[in-house]
Amino acid sequence: MLELQNISFQVSGDTSGQKEIIKGINLKLEDHAFTAITGPNGGGKSTLAKLIMGIERPTSGKIIFNGTDITDMNITQRANLGISFAFQQPVRFKGIRVKDLITLASGAPLSTAGACEYLSQVGLCARDYIHREVDSSLSGGELKRIEIATIIARNTPLSVFDEPEAGIDLWSFSNLIKVFEELHRASRNSLIIISHQERILNIADEIVVIADGAVQDRGRKEAILPELLSGTVGCKYYQSDAPA
Amino acid sequence: MDEIQKTLLEQVAGLHEVPEGAYNIRANGKSVERGTTAHIDIVTKEDKQGIDIIIKPGTKKESVHIPVVLSQSGLTEMVYNDFYVGDDCDITIIAGCGIHNCGNQDSRHDGIHSFFIGKNAHVKYVEKHYGSGDGEGERIMNPETVVELGENSFMEMETVQIKGVDSTRRLTRARLSDGAKLIITERLMTHGQQNAESSFEVDLDGADSSANLISRAVARDDSRQLFLAKINGNNRCAGHSECDAIIMDNAKISAVPEITANHLDAALIHEAAIGKIAGDQIIKLMTLGLSESEAEAQIVNGFLK
Repeated sequence: MLELQNISFQVSGDTSGQKEIIKGINLKLEDHAFTAITGPNGGGKSTLAKLIMGIERPTSGKIIFNGTDITDMNITQRANLGISFAFQQPVRFKGIRVKDLITLASGAPLSTAGACEYLSQVGLCARDYIHREVDSSLSGGELKRIEIATIIARNTPLSVFDEPEAGIDLWSFSNLIKVFEELHRASRNSLIIISHQERILNIADEIVVIADGAVQDRGRKEAILPELLSGTVGCKYYQSDAPA
Repeated sequence: MDEIQKTLLEQVAGLHEVPEGAYNIRANGKSVERGTTAHIDIVTKEDKQGIDIIIKPGTKKESVHIPVVLSQSGLTEMVYNDFYVGDDCDITIIAGCGIHNCGNQDSRHDGIHSFFIGKNAHVKYVEKHYGSGDGEGERIMNPETVVELGENSFMEMETVQIKGVDSTRRLTRARLSDGAKLIITERLMTHGQQNAESSFEVDLDGADSSANLISRAVARDDSRQLFLAKINGNNRCAGHSECDAIIMDNAKISAVPEITANHLDAALIHEAAIGKIAGDQIIKLMTLGLSESEAEAQIVNGFLK
């Protein structure tokens, strides 16, 4: 499905020249995989997601999607090949309505009832939202759910979610878990979810731990989760100071 | 009317055929068709170009269409249209001007629309401007709107100029009595070498009067825009102006909001923001499969909707 071959990503640093955000990551994800990516803040998870979508381009390495080398493809080409991306901080638009956005996402003319169905799946009472603009009148949580609805509407072979839980209230969080389970169950599509939430990690088939720009650990949740929860991943300085 | 005129008419007034209600269609400097109703009369002015539209008090749910089309290159006209809206009316007025110029001489329509709105009346006024034709002659429109709002009356004004007008100077002046309310929504897009200037002067004279001016504008290519909004709070009143503009390519936009409080209880606010399309908006739409230019078009269309 997706293969990252020796992917590196550098940005210009302040004084020391180049700063390496992603350091030669190799990762192969199978078809119909539900992969959770986790790890400490600043470890390179979001950058990795953006590299997959083409929002950032790797300094070196290759990205293969369903046998096609997509390394040099732009965002639109990757989207049309079947990759979706849910932003950690969804974008607001003046004048574009929720229905317009979901229609664009689904790629075909959509009835109000059709658009409502996607909204209901993310726990929004569709009639209240469908004609609203995707602007600053929506709260962060509402916007986040609409963002997830656009990904459901796209229904692509691969969907990448960057911290979908951020900004969502507790009640909605339980529903969110169901949404991901259902997405995974109902189709052959693959999911990559970047998350810090144990409950999301718990429903994934596999967990990849990214820290300091590299894959630090990888495996079935049964193996990784207990290790994560015991606190072996994180800031080594913090841990060494922490009481035993 | 010929095909070009019919197309213009559709663009500015959404008309395919003779509209319902009262109407006056002006083509190439002459009234070509007119219809009146039991409550709405339209009379040709004797002393100058233009018409008087007289709406009897209490007229409800009726409409007036007064579109203007110009398809003759080099035609210049100055038209005065006066609307007398009686007390307690509830009406919709649709004006608009379309110019098709495929010649080398400038075509120009200057219009002054004056509204005298009675007590408790509700007027919705829609004005669309449109230009077409590939001649070197410019398509010029300079509309002026003067509004006198009676006690507790309400006017909603929507103006749209999206395409093809080379040069426009738009002036809207309004004076509000006690309890009167004015909402103006302007949508403006300029491209090529176009130049647009839009100024508003609103006097909130009456107690509890209010005005809200909302402008959304997009300037692309080498076009230039100037937005001037002046609100004077002369009584206990509320005034708000908002200019929100997207700048593209080599365009230039200026927004000059001005608010003056001449009364202790005048509450006045202005907002103006100009900026290019946010990069993450384009990226988001590209992740939905749109190309960069399609994404840009969606953002601009939404913004001007």
